[in-house]
Amino acid sequence: MATLTLNNVKKSFGKTDVIHGVSIDIEDGEFIVIVGPSGCGKSTLLRMVAGLETITDGEVQIGGRRVNEEEPMARDIAMVFQNYALYPHMSVFDNMAYGLKIAKVPRSEIETRVAQAAKLLQLEPYLTRKPRELSGGQRQRVAMGRAIVRKPAVFLFDEPLSNLDAKLRVQMRLEIRALQRELGVTSLYVTHDQVEAMTMADRMIVMNGGVADQIGKPLEVYANPATEFVAGFIGSPPTNFLSGALLGRASGIKLGVRPEHMRLFDTGPLRARTTYCEALGAETLVHLTCADGTQVTVRQDAAAPFPQEGAEVGLGWSSEHEMTFDASGPRI
Amino acid sequence: MEKRVTFKGIWLPLLLVLPQILITAIFFFYPAGQAIWQSLFIPDPFGLSMQWVGLGNFEYLLSDRFYRASFITTAVFSILVTVVSMGVALYLAILADRLIKGSGTYRTLLIWPYAVAPAVAGVLWLFMFNTRVGVVTWYLGLLGYDWNHVLNEGEAMGLVVVASAWGRISYNFLFFLAGLQAIPRSVIEAAAIDGAHFWTRFRTIVWPLLSPTTFFLLVVNIIYAFFETFGVIHTITSGGPQQATTILVYKVYSDGFVGQDLGSSAAQSVILLIIVSLLTVIQFKYIERRVHY
Amino acid sequence: MAEHSGMVEKRGAGLWLTHLGLIIGVAFIFFPIWLAFVASTVSQPEIVRPPMPLLPGDQFFENYSKALTAGINAPVALMLGNSLFMALGIAIGKIAISLLSAFAIVYFKFPGKKLFFWLIFLTLMLPVEVRIVPTYEVIANFGMLNSYQGLILPLIASATATFLFRQFFMTVPDELAEAARVDGAGPMRFFFDILLPMSRTNIAALFVILFIYGWNQYLWPLLITTDPSMNTIVMGIKQMFPSGDDIADWPVIMATSILAMVPPVLVVVGMQKLFIRGLVESEK
Repeated sequence: MATLTLNNVKKSFGKTDVIHGVSIDIEDGEFIVIVGPSGCGKSTLLRMVAGLETITDGEVQIGGRRVNEEEPMARDIAMVFQNYALYPHMSVFDNMAYGLKIAKVPRSEIETRVAQAAKLLQLEPYLTRKPRELSGGQRQRVAMGRAIVRKPAVFLFDEPLSNLDAKLRVQMRLEIRALQRELGVTSLYVTHDQVEAMTMADRMIVMNGGVADQIGKPLEVYANPATEFVAGFIGSPPTNFLSGALLGRASGIKLGVRPEHMRLFDTGPLRARTTYCEALGAETLVHLTCADGTQVTVRQDAAAPFPQEGAEVGLGWSSEHEMTFDASGPRI
Repeated sequence: MEKRVTFKGIWLPLLLVLPQILITAIFFFYPAGQAIWQSLFIPDPFGLSMQWVGLGNFEYLLSDRFYRASFITTAVFSILVTVVSMGVALYLAILADRLIKGSGTYRTLLIWPYAVAPAVAGVLWLFMFNTRVGVVTWYLGLLGYDWNHVLNEGEAMGLVVVASAWGRISYNFLFFLAGLQAIPRSVIEAAAIDGAHFWTRFRTIVWPLLSPTTFFLLVVNIIYAFFETFGVIHTITSGGPQQATTILVYKVYSDGFVGQDLGSSAAQSVILLIIVSLLTVIQFKYIERRVHY
Repeated sequence: MAEHSGMVEKRGAGLWLTHLGLIIGVAFIFFPIWLAFVASTVSQPEIVRPPMPLLPGDQFFENYSKALTAGINAPVALMLGNSLFMALGIAIGKIAISLLSAFAIVYFKFPGKKLFFWLIFLTLMLPVEVRIVPTYEVIANFGMLNSYQGLILPLIASATATFLFRQFFMTVPDELAEAARVDGAGPMRFFFDILLPMSRTNIAALFVILFIYGWNQYLWPLLITTDPSMNTIVMGIKQMFPSGDDIADWPVIMATSILAMVPPVLVVVGMQKLFIRGLVESEK
């Protein structure tokens, strides 16, 4: 168990910069989620920590020790891969034990550790099976087990749930989080799913185009996005953006208001036409189009009346919920 | 195509490729280079020195009546072997494909001649058609036909063609059957419902869909007929009578080893090299297309 | 009803015609071999007075034991041993060097990799037959005439297997190598612990193909084994025919032919699935 520090970490392939300098101090036992759309560099960042990609510039420290030049093995990390990367010809036991065998851990110790991990992950009945004889969720657990038995300083997760169906995903994300709390191992978790990020993270890093737009606790990030991108990426349905011109304010700026903070009125200066309404039971999403074509979503309580499709209504919100962004993205 | 992950190190990979590099260099590139080099010389009568003749060996070859005859023999032989073995194989594959049950059994019965060496196949057919003791020869005699492939050029060609094609049927059968079974059943059923009869279905649907397999087999069989049938020819006819079955590979052998005409043999090797390279290029073009679909 | 039939199933008379056609085909394939088997079980006088019988005789043991222990130029048992050694040498040798170089090409970056890859590409499909004279000279200069090295080495100097293994390695997910690295496995450890076991089926399939390729070689052993005790069985058969007008010892020659067929046929039929897979893969 250890701290993990990224110090202005950069990555370029030839002349192309893919990571523009990310810094974060991760405390011992913290669960950090790196979230962002595909191609934002989140996996590359994780793989640099793992030692699978070289670090162009900056420094990665694990437990206060610089590891830039270390082989993955020497970094005291364990990794869970997106497609699990289980060795297809080895049994569940051998998959979990392989790293320990290489490290020349005594046989009895290996057996104890694998048994412990198997118990923790409810894999005991499957130890002699091959990966292809397991369900998706079980494979996922084996991949976790392989990481656990190493007793590493840091867990690295590369979109570990993206190959599971929606229901299993919810279940596994609870399991992973519970397990990590129990073991108290510092973790770095990559996902493109902002719900995973919100629900699992102690703190999250929102990546956009190789830049860490914002680092913070999930609710802080949600309430106080640092950039237009973060406001749009975190939260579902996403934040509504209205141009300054539409609102009669300084042109060039953008105004963001979350759907749950917008209200519908019969009258009002800002008019919009209802395109359709989604009644979801607990809440209703009303989709509207403004005069300049901007699409807006309003989230309201199911009990509240909602307009007919095609009806013209007024939009409003209280000014404390306004988020103003510069044309280039940052919050003003 | 490149792997995302690579291991570090330069000496280890070089060490790993070393055995193949060495063997390929010594037993492949050096001899191939030698063949090209020697094709530009003729040895003096005592074999003591080599005299540079440039493309002289090639000019001589191309004007040589026997060599040109061998070219035609090879062409005729290859086409016949390819057509006969592919024709029979396609016929059997279509029949086997029509069966619901039992096509596996027929497959087992039909594939194993693949394991019979061309030279052994030659001996088997030689035995059946032997002029003195051959069973087939004897029964043909009863019918009033005097079989003698030792003297009759056409019969000699016929025999080496059949013996060569015989062992090749298995291979072609396997690929045709796989090709036929890969055709989506729904397509054929749709045609059947549209009222197309067997022949119409075959001509308009099965044959076009099978064409990649057919083309592939065409190239592979020609290469087979060019090079791997040496054993058949050597055991049955030794290239005779009057060189009627001397295909190019056989001529390289007989000029180089029996006739000791190294320059000419080397020039012939080079010509074969060019032919096989062309065939390989054609095949790779085809493979590329298949890989990209 | 689910039909397995590319051609829409035939019923009744059509079905019988289909079977009849296939049986004729099978008979055509089998007839030469049947005849050879019959000839290997009868005596010489029964053969030289045509027509020979079409059913097996009682000389099976005499002919086969004569062939195996005495043969004509050399005991066939010896030739069988030579063939086995050559076929195994070619199959194992080629698989071994190809696995190593394919591993290097796929999993490393090293100077000359591109060049090496193209050289390999060049050797594809260029059979030994087109370079026999100079290859023969190389073998003669090395003093490898009448030797197993001479029989084996030139025939493993082609890259079909390397190409095949490369294709297979490319389909192995990158994450497996990464997981192995995270687990602390070096390249050779990864090769032996993970890549090799994963390639088992491919190796076996290729082994079948290469074994038959090696066993059935004719021209090359014909050139470099002048000593009858180094003859392989496939090329040795032809050497059993007398020169001139003497009558060949057909029962022994046919027994030898049958013996020459048995090992590769057993391999093909016994490992049919692997064989078909190997055939299809190696031509891809």
